[in-house]
Amino acid sequence: MSIGNLPFVVAALLVVLGIYTFLFKRNLIKLVIGISLVETGVNLFLVTLGYRTHAIAPIYTFAPKAERMVLPTPQALTLTSIVIGLATTALLLSFAVFIYRHYGTLDAGKIKELRG
Amino acid sequence: MTALINHAPVLLIAIPLLGAFAVPLIGKLGRGARNTFVGLISLITAALAGLLAATVFGHAGAPSLYVMGGSQGFSLPLPSGLSVPIRIIFEPDGMSAFMALITALITLTGAFFSFSYWRERSGGTLFYSLFMLLTAGIFGMELTGDMFNFFVFLEITSISACGLIGFRVWLKHSQEAGFKVMALYTLSGLFVLLAIGLLYGQYGGLNIAYLASTLTGSTIDIVALGLLLVGLALKAGAVPLHMWAPDAYGEAPAPMSAVLVANSQASLYGLFRILFTLFGLTVSVATLGWILIVLALLTIFVGVTMALIQSDIKRLIAYSAVSQIGYMLLGVGVGLAVSVAKPDFGFVAMQGGIFHMLNDAACIGLLFFASGVIIRATGTRDLNQMGGLAHSMKWTSILFIIGAFALAGVPPFNGFASKFLIYEAAFKLSPFLAVVAILSSILLLAVFVKIFQAAFLGPRREALMSEVPIGMMIPMVALALVVIVFGLFPGFFVDKIVTPAANALWYGRDAYIGLVLGGG
Amino acid sequence: MNTGMSIIVRTVTRLVYGLALVFGFYVIMHGHLTPGGGFQGGAVVASTLALLVVAFGAVGVKGHLNRHLLQTLEEIGALAFLALGFVGIGTAFFYNLLANSGGLFGATVPIGPNAGVFAAGGTIPLMNWAVGLKVMTGIAAIIIAMLVGSRKEETE
Repeated sequence: MSIGNLPFVVAALLVVLGIYTFLFKRNLIKLVIGISLVETGVNLFLVTLGYRTHAIAPIYTFAPKAERMVLPTPQALTLTSIVIGLATTALLLSFAVFIYRHYGTLDAGKIKELRG
Repeated sequence: MTALINHAPVLLIAIPLLGAFAVPLIGKLGRGARNTFVGLISLITAALAGLLAATVFGHAGAPSLYVMGGSQGFSLPLPSGLSVPIRIIFEPDGMSAFMALITALITLTGAFFSFSYWRERSGGTLFYSLFMLLTAGIFGMELTGDMFNFFVFLEITSISACGLIGFRVWLKHSQEAGFKVMALYTLSGLFVLLAIGLLYGQYGGLNIAYLASTLTGSTIDIVALGLLLVGLALKAGAVPLHMWAPDAYGEAPAPMSAVLVANSQASLYGLFRILFTLFGLTVSVATLGWILIVLALLTIFVGVTMALIQSDIKRLIAYSAVSQIGYMLLGVGVGLAVSVAKPDFGFVAMQGGIFHMLNDAACIGLLFFASGVIIRATGTRDLNQMGGLAHSMKWTSILFIIGAFALAGVPPFNGFASKFLIYEAAFKLSPFLAVVAILSSILLLAVFVKIFQAAFLGPRREALMSEVPIGMMIPMVALALVVIVFGLFPGFFVDKIVTPAANALWYGRDAYIGLVLGGG
Repeated sequence: MNTGMSIIVRTVTRLVYGLALVFGFYVIMHGHLTPGGGFQGGAVVASTLALLVVAFGAVGVKGHLNRHLLQTLEEIGALAFLALGFVGIGTAFFYNLLANSGGLFGATVPIGPNAGVFAAGGTIPLMNWAVGLKVMTGIAAIIIAMLVGSRKEETE
């Protein structure tokens, strides 16, 4: 049975959930989790772009002959995106640690000293 | 020498990266060694940017090709006879060389300004490491010819810019600003990545020239264009997505605020590259042009009016930087809106918008450096508590006046030259645009007169510094010289530098595509 | 995070972390033939360190790791990566000079499915090692800064 468009739907759902979390939650760590969800959705979308029906992984070591392989380029794109996501999350979390030390709270509603 | 010219596009990125990775090792030898090393790397990078610009403008802005990791013939012939370009390429043309010149100017003066500005602080080694990563990222965004490579450099600049904003961890406002800015930059990068994924899935290639040759105007292309527009406009700071800009420019250390403006201009360049070269005439350019014009008017107006009510000097200059981005969008938006029929005033509008990028970078750099000196001299950022600096800091007040009048568009400085081109061309499209632009320039002049009166005039107060140290003054004088010289001879510089850049965007799409697909 | 976990967890960790380290190094070294590579293997090795911090607590780990050594190794990894990029600068940056040349890592690459030639690939396995070194020390530095303790640390 083929999977059809299901991975694309799941990726879109993850992106929408992530944006909802980012817009409507107040704890800083939850904002970071929301951004992480959007990244995961985009990564899933990128990997699914390369899928071809009934194809095997694009590895030449001990590969069976006469088989189709999925596209390897989207996998490289996804890997780069995961690395960038790691650096971004690490930076956001260290900012959250310093904000907690200075303000004493992680509530985004109370950390509004820069206004205007 | 020829080898240096051939490899200049990639050396512009590799040498700052080398500097960024080697600075912590050299920093162990002491502050003098580190400053010398950073200064040397900045000088070499600026010289390479000048060399690249001279080569590209010598060919009247025609694009040249640099293939990463392969020789010039790099297309992969498939069994069906179709030939697909598969390597990552750098394709500097007139517009890229122009942006490289701006970046080289701002990062060179910023580096030299920060040598004396950081004297009493500690932790400078990692500061310069992040600064050179940011430099490498901005050059990468401007020179690349591959969409995913553009995204990678976009994220590099986002991460290092936010690292620099939140660098002073003992100030609580900078941490809050760093968090907010990083969250918004990440979302903008993810929108851009989603659009790149959509285009890749539809057409099977990541090369800008390859995508430009196979784009049709289907629904997925419009969705990708919308996502790219939102993502890049967020990073450039156009209203209504400008909320991060006053925090970012206001909380960064003074030399870094100017480099952050160069960062926003680089993403604005990315937007122009996508609209003119990637999509070109396959989508309805009149609609797109008017969308850009509406964004530009909002940016110009909101930026200036928010600047009027600020009492913190750096946030005030930050809001005026936001409103100047609107002028660039206005010039290029007018050009885009009429690029089907291509009348003369459209080309003049493009020249004005592009020239304003250079002028704005120089003036805003000068203003941010001057504000850094003012904050260091008075110990406060509040305009209500300053005063009387003109008695003791004559050079700073003169340099500040030059920067402020140039930005507001007063002749004979360079801001007048580029703004006059924009007013002229926008008036021909619709008189309302020119009226809003001129009114906002007048309001901007009022804002700067307010700063000048608050900080420099008035009775003499206790100053913590007698006159600006020579190390901080030389970069400011260099930028002021750029402002004055470009204002006195605008025609010369527009012909030499701006016209090839505008040509590359307006007429250069076929040359851009033909270089990659026709030859390789 | 200051105290570790129970004795069962600590014993199993002592048995397992060596195997995990070897697995991480295998992923780095074999990256040009099977799934893996520099970043993936480096992340595995760094998560081994996270396992040690969780099992033994910050006090157990603090004495064994030297932050300055980690920073120096990180810079060496980054500089090695850039130096490998400059190796083929005669043709282009990142040009794979060593591939198919018979020297170090220069065996000829067979076309099609094969049993995997380790000594092929040119500069790519060397770049894998450089990136793996940088990633493992970099993520280890992040983990130590966040978990093990930066109470008294301001900017240096």
